[in-house]
Amino acid sequence: MIGNIAALAIVPVAGVAGIIFGLLFKGLDRVLGARMQARVGPPLLQPFIDVKKLLMKENIVPQNAVAWLFNAAPVAALCASIALLLYIPLFGSGALLEGSGDMVLVVYLLLLPSLAMVAGGFASGSHYATVGAQREMVAMLSYEFPLAIAVVSAAWLLASKAIAVQAFSLAALSAFPLWSLVGTLGFVGLAVLLAVLLFVMPGELGKAPFDVAEAETEIAGGVLAEYSGVNLALFYLADAVKSFAMAAIIVAIFLPWNATAMLSISDMWAGAAAGALFFLAKVFAVMFAGNTFMRIALARLRITQVVRVYWGYASAAALAGLLLIAAELVLVV
Amino acid sequence: MKGQWCFMAEKETMRHGKQRLDTGAGRGDEETMQHAKGGTSFTISIGPVHPALKEPIQLDFEIEGEKVKNADLRLSQAHRGIEWIGTNRNPIQILYLAERICGICNVCHTLSFCRAVESIANIEVPPRAQYIRTVTAELERIHSHMLWAGVAAHELGFDSVMHYTWRAREKVLDTIEILTGNRVTKGMPTIGGVRRDFPEKHHKRILETVGFYKSIFGKLQDMLLHDPVIEARTRGIGVLKKEEALALCAVGPTARASGVKRDVRQDEPYAAYCDLGVRAITPKEVLGEVHGDVFDRIAVRLAEVAQSADIIEHCVRNIPEGKIVFEEKPIKVLAQLRGAQGEGIGRLEAPRGEVFHYVKMTGQEAPYAWKVKAPTYSNLLSILPMMREAQIADIPIIAASIDP
Repeated sequence: MIGNIAALAIVPVAGVAGIIFGLLFKGLDRVLGARMQARVGPPLLQPFIDVKKLLMKENIVPQNAVAWLFNAAPVAALCASIALLLYIPLFGSGALLEGSGDMVLVVYLLLLPSLAMVAGGFASGSHYATVGAQREMVAMLSYEFPLAIAVVSAAWLLASKAIAVQAFSLAALSAFPLWSLVGTLGFVGLAVLLAVLLFVMPGELGKAPFDVAEAETEIAGGVLAEYSGVNLALFYLADAVKSFAMAAIIVAIFLPWNATAMLSISDMWAGAAAGALFFLAKVFAVMFAGNTFMRIALARLRITQVVRVYWGYASAAALAGLLLIAAELVLVV
Repeated sequence: MKGQWCFMAEKETMRHGKQRLDTGAGRGDEETMQHAKGGTSFTISIGPVHPALKEPIQLDFEIEGEKVKNADLRLSQAHRGIEWIGTNRNPIQILYLAERICGICNVCHTLSFCRAVESIANIEVPPRAQYIRTVTAELERIHSHMLWAGVAAHELGFDSVMHYTWRAREKVLDTIEILTGNRVTKGMPTIGGVRRDFPEKHHKRILETVGFYKSIFGKLQDMLLHDPVIEARTRGIGVLKKEEALALCAVGPTARASGVKRDVRQDEPYAAYCDLGVRAITPKEVLGEVHGDVFDRIAVRLAEVAQSADIIEHCVRNIPEGKIVFEEKPIKVLAQLRGAQGEGIGRLEAPRGEVFHYVKMTGQEAPYAWKVKAPTYSNLLSILPMMREAQIADIPIIAASIDP
């Protein structure tokens, strides 16, 4: 009980940390993206400036919008994104809240910001936003399947190999690096699953080539078309936090090594610092591969193509990864 | 008379174009309306202000889910009254107005106007001026097509290609600045010649620019034509059949991409093109077959960049010596024009297609009439058949594919 209350006190801290690092990584993404496009790009702290500007702007609610839902959606999106952070092991230490089955909860929490955007889009009463919300829903239905396969496969592998632990727990997943539990076949399978997760990441975050819901040249910002001021800032923050959380989840499942243990640092503070830095480096690597690189290298797909890519190629790849792991488990046992 | 017929034909085909679109959707207007009440379809307006459009036009789409069921076009959103202003100015002053009709293809409009006036006053343009006009016009074509490639990539949500093509475009802009003093608005053609000479020291710079575009041509092809995502987004999208292109009087790369071998430089050569034997480029020459889709329009424009590079190189190497304008003093030119009477037309191939200027002079200082037809006006109606079976995601790239 006392532990829970202490954890509750840490919630705002986690929220602020998530926002700061989320925005920082957004800035890094923009600078690196610009360099890859032969541009100079904005300053590293531009996302902070953007949020500050948006917070100072007028908050406009369209006349034909459902005002309460329109205003509630951004808050819900940001809350869900911050709630995500509580369940993910961050900075080389454990998660603030943990327990059996939190992996399932995390997958659902990942959905919530997107659902909030859909609700806000429909509530804003604009055709562009309606089209965007429809697209966001279809995209959600598409990328959930490969995401679920990847997560379930990882948990199943852990459950089969280390029977004593709670398989669907992120803490357990990050305590046992999966790569050391498998042979060659399983290793390839895990690599495929990691690639699938990296591929799902831009879809989950609504970034190019899967930014169909916002598509500014087609539907003028889509779900966000009518949002402005504080509401838009909240969505912006939710996006930054969710990007950070999504990368941290991939790190927790597939790249859970801890610098403190690896370097066997005895000093507590030095160990924590090394762990935190190593964690940030891993998150950066995941963000770069799954977000920045894909965004720069590919053009936006049509919504029908998004569905085909996720239901077809990504799902097939995820199932192949699952089968490889299954084959290994059967062969070894 | 011919012009009138063309206009009637356009009206006719516009109506037909809409009907075809309706039949494509499988039902008539009334049913669509009923459907709209049922709530499954709704109308989206793209424009007059929309991120996908660079100029104010309004496209009304009836949408069902993601599919376009019907499309309509509304024009005349921005009337600037340039022609009326022109009828209160003398021809030398009109040059500056004509230059501002279109920012990107400014040489084409001034040149077209000059040719119309020159034909009325029987002014002979020196050969060197003809070559300089050609080089400027072709530099402009490279600039325009590179700009368009970037815009098209941006409409596809592919900003990386936009930044790469626009960086490559800087080279030609810098060269234009060296040659004419300005990056975009060149102010080169004047009545009876051009306003600036290309001295010997600038020839090297022009050839260097041409060499640059030839050297990156392979890269551009890789970026735009061999990219799987671009191909997936543009193949079979926005198809304009050859018959439709002819019926709707499409011009320029839009018509050529549908397999119509129409190019003013080939059909009615002007300036130095008489010595060059320019051939219209259709997708058949570039890709081997004609689909008439957005991908073909990219391919045709890209091939025209290479063609322009060849033309510029040939012109610079073979530029004749001599005067650059038939009469250097504008006041003397104006005196000669004041006596001129009659009608004249100037046609030429702008980057977007045929530019047409009609001028009537009645011995006054200002022309009695001045009519401009820019290529986009001829091409706009082609958007409607292109939108058949399109999705919302295809609307921006289809609208951009005529290079409005």
